Amino acid sequence: MLDQKRLQLRAAFFQAIRSFFQEQGFLEVDTPIRQPLVIPEQNIVHVPSGSHFLQSSPELYMKRLLAAGCEQIFQICRCFRYGERGRLHLEEFVMLEWYRLDADYTDLMDDCEKLFAFLQSEMKGCHFPVSLHAPWERVTVDQAFKRYCLITPEEALRQDSFDLLLVEKIEPNLGRKRPAFLYDYPVELASLARSKPDQPEVAERFELYVSGVELANGFSELTDPVQQRSRFEEEYAKMDASLQSQKKMPELFLQDLARIDQAAGIAMGLDRLFMLFIAKNSLDSAVTFSPEELDK
Amino acid sequence: MLAASDLRKGLKIQIDGQPYIITHFEFSKPGKGQALYRCKMRNMITGNQFTQTYRSNEKFEKPALEERKMQYLYNQGDEYHFMDTENYEQTFITKEQLGDNISFLQDNMELDVLFFDERPIDVTLPIFVNLVVTVAEPWAKGDTSGNDTKPVTVETGYGLQVPPFVVEGDKIQIDTRTGAYVTRVKE
Repeated sequence: MLDQKRLQLRAAFFQAIRSFFQEQGFLEVDTPIRQPLVIPEQNIVHVPSGSHFLQSSPELYMKRLLAAGCEQIFQICRCFRYGERGRLHLEEFVMLEWYRLDADYTDLMDDCEKLFAFLQSEMKGCHFPVSLHAPWERVTVDQAFKRYCLITPEEALRQDSFDLLLVEKIEPNLGRKRPAFLYDYPVELASLARSKPDQPEVAERFELYVSGVELANGFSELTDPVQQRSRFEEEYAKMDASLQSQKKMPELFLQDLARIDQAAGIAMGLDRLFMLFIAKNSLDSAVTFSPEELDK
Repeated sequence: MLAASDLRKGLKIQIDGQPYIITHFEFSKPGKGQALYRCKMRNMITGNQFTQTYRSNEKFEKPALEERKMQYLYNQGDEYHFMDTENYEQTFITKEQLGDNISFLQDNMELDVLFFDERPIDVTLPIFVNLVVTVAEPWAKGDTSGNDTKPVTVETGYGLQVPPFVVEGDKIQIDTRTGAYVTRVKE
């Protein structure tokens, strides 16, 4: 349980995030937490809630709002991912997502730099663990694998060791002196992201790291409904057979994609970001309660 | 069978036919990637340790571990003989396997013995045992040396530090987890 001082800091933290986006002209929105169908993602297990599922991310609804003409939107909401529990994971956590029309992933990187600088100025008495001077470090996935693992990401994917190498050899090195963007992922690891125009095997996706902690995932949105449908089908094929009931194509979302020319969106774990601001190294020390605190 | 999602600190699993206990555990999952379960494990027979990262599709066997109530009977050289208090079957455990526990074994003492595959691999002593002091310097009244403890030896041959008032023939209580003196026991 958080003490009085940190409860106040946590409230100030959420307040500051809202102020930042409002000042930038973003509209705060809210969308259903219980969803009748889920984003096809082979590595996320959704929590059932009656005939629905608890959201793992509000992204499908957020992009429908972009299609409806919202230019800049943000949402702070609870997301749920079954079985993800550890020092840096909670099955229920607070997500910040923001989206921009007519933007790409580099605009989101700029947003991150400005947001963190603003938060540092608002969070009195907190010292962020690394320097926030812009520009932050930017390293491609290709560079990172060659530098820390001495192989290419394509080779790592072939050996099915991409995630393991990323977690054990690369992540610990990222964001040590200042935050770092790891960007340009193999396209098969970015099912909702746009390919680079000159490099179709690479997707315009990035992850933000601070002190080895992954904080956010952002990308230039894939807005081609035909391509998106086939990406979803590929993802369905990789999903466990036991998740058959979850295989339902989000048709309204796909229809709406055709109405978006260009857009970019990002999801950021706020419990982790707050944890860094209060200099803790476990999410259990950064949330009001960890869920186990009502048990025994 | 156990799934990777069951892995946690303190869980016992079987690998290559050997029982292991997980001593450190960390869950990780890169964005959009697979769940990874990093475990540091100790072999419950040899004590050897190693670290391994597992993925969510891996399965594990539970080791065939069984705890039985047994009574310590006697030792013959390096073999320490125990009897199952339910079916009166006897077995022995080697001095090497017992390790430091030997210091606190008393005839007829009841304890829990852990079996793997019908072989005893570990014992769990009662937390407190009462043992008679067999060797102690007499308490010199008016000792001004300022020492607040002195060394003694108990009936099992185990030596420890006790307060100066403890004398030969006293029965003392010892905490088997730390091996330290707790109190003098009045008969």
